[in-house]
Amino acid sequence: MTTLPQTTAKKLGLVIDLDICVGCQACATSCKEWNTSGHSAPLSDHDPYGADPSGAWLNRVHSYELGEGAEGRTVHFPRSCLHCEEPDCVTVCPTGASYKREEDGIVLVNPDTCIGCKLCSWACPYGAREYDYDDGVMKKCTLCVDRIYNETLAEEDREPACVRACPTGARAFGDLADPDSAVSKNVAAREGFDLLAEFGYKPTNKYLPPRKTTSAHVNPIPVLKSETVSKPNGSMADKLFAWADQKLSR
Amino acid sequence: MHPAYSVILFTTASGAGYGLLFWMSLGYAFGALPGGRLLALGAIIVALALITVGLLASMLHLGRPERALGSFSQWRSSWLSREGVAAVATYVPAGLLGLSLLFGYHNDIFHVIAAICAIFAAITVYCTGMIYGSLRTIRQWNKPLVPVFYLAASAASGAVLFGFLYSLFGHTTPVIEFLIALIITGAGVVKMVYWRQCAADKGQYTAEMATGLGAFGKVRPLDPPHTMPNFVMREMGYQVGRKHADKLRRLVLVCLFIVPAIAIALAALAGAAIFLLFAVALVSMGAGLIAERWLFFAEAEHVSMLFYGAERA
Amino acid sequence: MNKKPEIALSAPVADEVKKTTCYMCACRCGINVHITDGKVRYIEGNRDHPVNKGVLCGKGAAGIMQHYSPARLRAPMKRVGPRGSGEFEEISWDEALDIATGWLSKPRNTDPHKLAFFTGRDQSQSLTGMWAMQYGTPNFAAHGGFCSVNMAAGGLYTFGGAFWEFGDPDWEHTKYFMLFGVAEDHASNPIKIGIGKLKKRGAKVVSINPVRTGYNAVADEWVGIRPGTDGLFVGALIHELFRNQKIDLDYLVRYTNSPWLVIQDKGAADDGLFARGEDGNPQVWCTDKNGFADGTSADISPSLTGARILADGRTARPVFELMAERYLEDRYAPEAVAEATGIPAEQIVSIAAELANVAFEQEIVIDQEWTDWAGRKQDKMIGRPISMHAMRGISAHSNGFQTCRMIHILQIILGSIDCPGGFRYKPPYPKQAPPWLRPHGKDDQVKNNVPLGGPHLGFPLGPDHLLLDGDDKPSRIDKGFTWDAPMSAHGMMHMVINNAATKDPYGIDVLFMYMANMAWNSSMNVKGTIDHLTAKDDDGNYMIPKIIYSDAYYSEMVSYSDLILPDTTYLERWDCISMLDRPISEADVVADSIRYPVVEPDRDVRGFQEVLIDLGARLGLPAFTNKDGSPKFPGGYSDYMVNHERAPGIGPLAGWRGEDGKTDIRGPVNPNQLDKYIENGSFFTHHLKPEQAYFKHANKDYLDWAADMGFRENKLPTIFQLYCEPVQAFRLAAQGHGDRQPPETHRARVEKYFDPIPDWYPPFEEDMIDEGKYPLHAITQRPMHMYHSWGSQNAWLRQITAQNRLYIHTSVAKSIDAKDDDWVWLESHQGRVKCQIKTMEGVNPHTVWTWNAIGKRKGAWGLDDDAPESNQGFLLNHLISELLPEGGGGYRYSNSDPITGQAAWYDLRVSIEKADGDGATEPMFEPLGNKSQPASPEKMAYGKEFKPKVTS
Repeated sequence: MTTLPQTTAKKLGLVIDLDICVGCQACATSCKEWNTSGHSAPLSDHDPYGADPSGAWLNRVHSYELGEGAEGRTVHFPRSCLHCEEPDCVTVCPTGASYKREEDGIVLVNPDTCIGCKLCSWACPYGAREYDYDDGVMKKCTLCVDRIYNETLAEEDREPACVRACPTGARAFGDLADPDSAVSKNVAAREGFDLLAEFGYKPTNKYLPPRKTTSAHVNPIPVLKSETVSKPNGSMADKLFAWADQKLSR
Repeated sequence: MHPAYSVILFTTASGAGYGLLFWMSLGYAFGALPGGRLLALGAIIVALALITVGLLASMLHLGRPERALGSFSQWRSSWLSREGVAAVATYVPAGLLGLSLLFGYHNDIFHVIAAICAIFAAITVYCTGMIYGSLRTIRQWNKPLVPVFYLAASAASGAVLFGFLYSLFGHTTPVIEFLIALIITGAGVVKMVYWRQCAADKGQYTAEMATGLGAFGKVRPLDPPHTMPNFVMREMGYQVGRKHADKLRRLVLVCLFIVPAIAIALAALAGAAIFLLFAVALVSMGAGLIAERWLFFAEAEHVSMLFYGAERA
Repeated sequence: MNKKPEIALSAPVADEVKKTTCYMCACRCGINVHITDGKVRYIEGNRDHPVNKGVLCGKGAAGIMQHYSPARLRAPMKRVGPRGSGEFEEISWDEALDIATGWLSKPRNTDPHKLAFFTGRDQSQSLTGMWAMQYGTPNFAAHGGFCSVNMAAGGLYTFGGAFWEFGDPDWEHTKYFMLFGVAEDHASNPIKIGIGKLKKRGAKVVSINPVRTGYNAVADEWVGIRPGTDGLFVGALIHELFRNQKIDLDYLVRYTNSPWLVIQDKGAADDGLFARGEDGNPQVWCTDKNGFADGTSADISPSLTGARILADGRTARPVFELMAERYLEDRYAPEAVAEATGIPAEQIVSIAAELANVAFEQEIVIDQEWTDWAGRKQDKMIGRPISMHAMRGISAHSNGFQTCRMIHILQIILGSIDCPGGFRYKPPYPKQAPPWLRPHGKDDQVKNNVPLGGPHLGFPLGPDHLLLDGDDKPSRIDKGFTWDAPMSAHGMMHMVINNAATKDPYGIDVLFMYMANMAWNSSMNVKGTIDHLTAKDDDGNYMIPKIIYSDAYYSEMVSYSDLILPDTTYLERWDCISMLDRPISEADVVADSIRYPVVEPDRDVRGFQEVLIDLGARLGLPAFTNKDGSPKFPGGYSDYMVNHERAPGIGPLAGWRGEDGKTDIRGPVNPNQLDKYIENGSFFTHHLKPEQAYFKHANKDYLDWAADMGFRENKLPTIFQLYCEPVQAFRLAAQGHGDRQPPETHRARVEKYFDPIPDWYPPFEEDMIDEGKYPLHAITQRPMHMYHSWGSQNAWLRQITAQNRLYIHTSVAKSIDAKDDDWVWLESHQGRVKCQIKTMEGVNPHTVWTWNAIGKRKGAWGLDDDAPESNQGFLLNHLISELLPEGGGGYRYSNSDPITGQAAWYDLRVSIEKADGDGATEPMFEPLGNKSQPASPEKMAYGKEFKPKVTS
């Protein structure tokens, strides 16, 4: 199992639109909520009401500032496992508990055979693996494998909990191996990119960049017609009234 | 990286044990082992004890130690698995050798077994080094000198142990002592070259690459995902102060290399108080080794911290 | 190789799904609660629900932790130690209700003024308000006075609607969306869904906010304005539009009072009022007829310009002229406001140009016939696709009412109210402008054992409607509807504890509150409020003798109360989100909803509304008692929801009325109504017809229907009040006219600020303090994942935010030589707070800000004493005074909007200096006792038992 599949039939993954995400944390809490009772159950919490609360979360939202001054911008940045095509987190696993599924490319941890050595988390450049101190095993985003094929759910609900919850529609789920899938098309149209592509793990999840406008204008600035512009002087009101009279009497 | 004491104990103790086993087996293989059978038996017992303590300590690091057997399965791809396999495999020639010494049974085949034992010991230590050396996520570890130094440190600490044990019974010679001092010096040189390499390597990845947002300017964290540290920040985000690290590096130089090398060289030169000088070297080296291993973790910077405020990694 | 592990791919989520309504904030989304063995496995959004359409926000998805919070109250309690000690004794409900009935009976029998009943976060105001009316006390309100009354009043007086949750941008059509200030509070998911739609469609989003976080982070253009200057910015936009003649004249003539003539007779008692005809209707000048006409009549072509001589020889001018002259003044020119607002003139000019372009060059035409209020057929619906939204960022300033009106004026001159692409009303809005509702509570309306003759809250049209008794003494404990705040349409809850403890205007006997954390983050000047709650008279009795409090959780306020009525969580209760209150309608959809108990309480708790109805019967309040004295609603709140009728056929719930359940909105009681709601996912919808969809303020099909449904008093249109005559009525009184005039302390203030055409003025605090001493603005917002959700007790949400830092601009940090995580002192004229900083670029350089209500007092909310919330978390409330600094004459006005009384907590001015060392936040209060509460767990593994099993 530790060896990676040569190819996978599908590359299921997420596409996250950084132009839309407002940082509401819905993806993070809905993920916690679903998965604490799902395939990875439980996602334990330590000191939940005390000085140092922490717990296993499979999805988190950062926020960053980019650039400086009025030209800068703030970006909310949700992150979870990217289900890479060639990740060392699978190959370093001594037990084979960490594996990548041939059928859909989902990277999973077998909770029954993981020994909790944490080496996979060391091998992940994204910090996407989550050790559960109480359970003693590694946990991670399952792409809600227990939802997406779940025949007890309505078909429209067979998507990851984070996508199901996202209020702004900043998250999409689909097969990134299929160039005709909605997610693939959107990635192509919006110039979607990989996180830390230079590292070479070939992440499946893609991010769509913020639009490159902040204080600049989306549309070209419409120019007010010069003949209707009056000089800012005492006659402005009179001109306005004359105009109004003329318009209304037409 | 968070310096876990279980892992520090694991790598130092088992490293010293394999080093001792290596020298002892090597000597045996070539029939060049000074001292008698019982001394050799004692050395092998000490070596196996250290190895076993180290491996048990490594189990403490596991969340589910009861499942540790599973870790022998993935030797094709996993250095940790290989290390486990090699460690267990080493018990076989070492055990046979030990038994032969215990019962005083000798056969020429044991020269071969001893040679295998030495090779296995070296392979095991190399695997340990490669667990870290293979991780591209941590540039301070992902260097050829990392497994080299694991071997060197193992050789040095094993040699000092060897010297100490044999000096107890007056079986060392100035040649052996000079050799040991030389090995220690060699390990020191490796470490210093390694540190220079680390200092020169500022990291090839940036926060801008990690987020893919460099086109918008410099990337700075505004709010972290959690106000209190999460697993990733605790495990991967350990930070040691520059001053503290420098102090510890000096401690490593002095305790791990300079004091033991000088003490043992002195023993060779003076030809007196040899046992005492070896004892000094051993204690100093133990302290130095723990400091070195602690720093090895504490100074290691993980790429994932680019998402948590690191500018380069 | 290992065997391929088996995964339970198709495990059922839970045993059953129950659909109810979320209450993690005020948004009221539909939720599917998945339950196994009576325990909540998973909560997701209901796809069919009109509010959230399936999605769920960060709060809603963390509801499980709210429901199982260790801070939940367990049973009724009575205080046995001193207030604040947290020493309580658990008692039975019988005893609790006996005590409450005893305490409440006396004021009702002797002087109903002696009860003050105020509710905090509450979505059942139609019940609580009616209960208070039945009781007969004048002292009732909810928390709107410190929430967003400026938005409600500003909107309702202007166009019979408001941003709030009473209207929405036309997300489907709008091309240009302007978002003013903090807006994460109400309509959480609808705004998120809407912004997502706009961004995907490529519509432009402009945010005007000193802080670039949340929604502002995704805006296409961020306008990092200086707090409190939005009115100047909007005024400059109006200036530009007038200057460039880019206004919708047709719209102004049709739907607004801009042609109405205003009497110009300085010194006269009717100066500035509308010139009215014999029928009392406002007059306009018709150019075609060359004469005056009734401004409310149809088929006239009134002039917007020109001074006219009235029959009595005096001059009158149309509203349009007065308004245009005001905003064309040089002080509203972009160059003139640039420095004060911090917005470059070019940026203002370009935004105005974009507004003009989108409104008039990119209009939307929908081929849909409709009929206007006067019966005139229109063949299409023309829209100006510009929409706006604002909430407390505008509201919580002392100039908030006028700023809010200015934003509405901007919308109206662009012709973008309730048109395609513009702002859309949600039924039952629009109301009349202002609604035909006047406040009640004067002495002659308050009688022992008799209900109050009308609602407590309303919209005064002038001094006659103030609630002042003999010698101009305030009728209400909060001094609502007095010269302090004549148009305080939501009351002034933030003044109640202060006033009651100082017996100004009078003392009370019982303070009865629901879900209002007045002893902590819901009060300005926390220490002062705590002092008032514990103040004693010379005999050692508390100045506020009895405090009854209902809450679901162990909040700071619990410790300061005498009798605790423990409420349920939102999954254990009945509720109705009623058309009589604040329903969940969308622009095209009339909707209301219910909550029903989807899990059983494991504690001895009862929904507050159940208890209120029970107390109503015990007290013998007429609406809650049958003629024989037996309770009218023995089934409690659910009984009331079905069987109460406000008027014939109009009850709390609009769906499935009538015996057969087939009548929408207005019809006889249906005993099976709740079953129908539950079957339908706990909500009801009625879709408007396409011809009713837009121009609801003047759309005959809508108006006729809405009047029949009881949403409106009559079928007349809502006429937009660009010029607000009631405001002028108060100003005239200050100028010495009429029987009821403000006292000398208030005269100049009322005259100055009561401007019928909204005019910007600097927020009071910055006007009164030394700006050199307090150079910075300090504002707050709640994190999006905690807005309105008491998040700090929530084990998941507090893992995201357990501590707040003070965010300051990089340049401010540099000026005090501080870096991230350094401690600073923040000081205002009221006090100082010690906190840690975080530097950022996306904040107005004159502004510092923090996440609000993260700081908690030790001992409350089930948190350990060493929790970050209590040691590093801090409140800005300690810096905000409920009173302004002493001005000329020695009078200290309240720190409020002078018109509505809205608490002006965004007016705060501060200085910053580096603090020594580290340590903990200050001020630090003693831990509250909490022995009555169970210990909170040290570990959690929620959901372990739900783990799906592989069944092969």
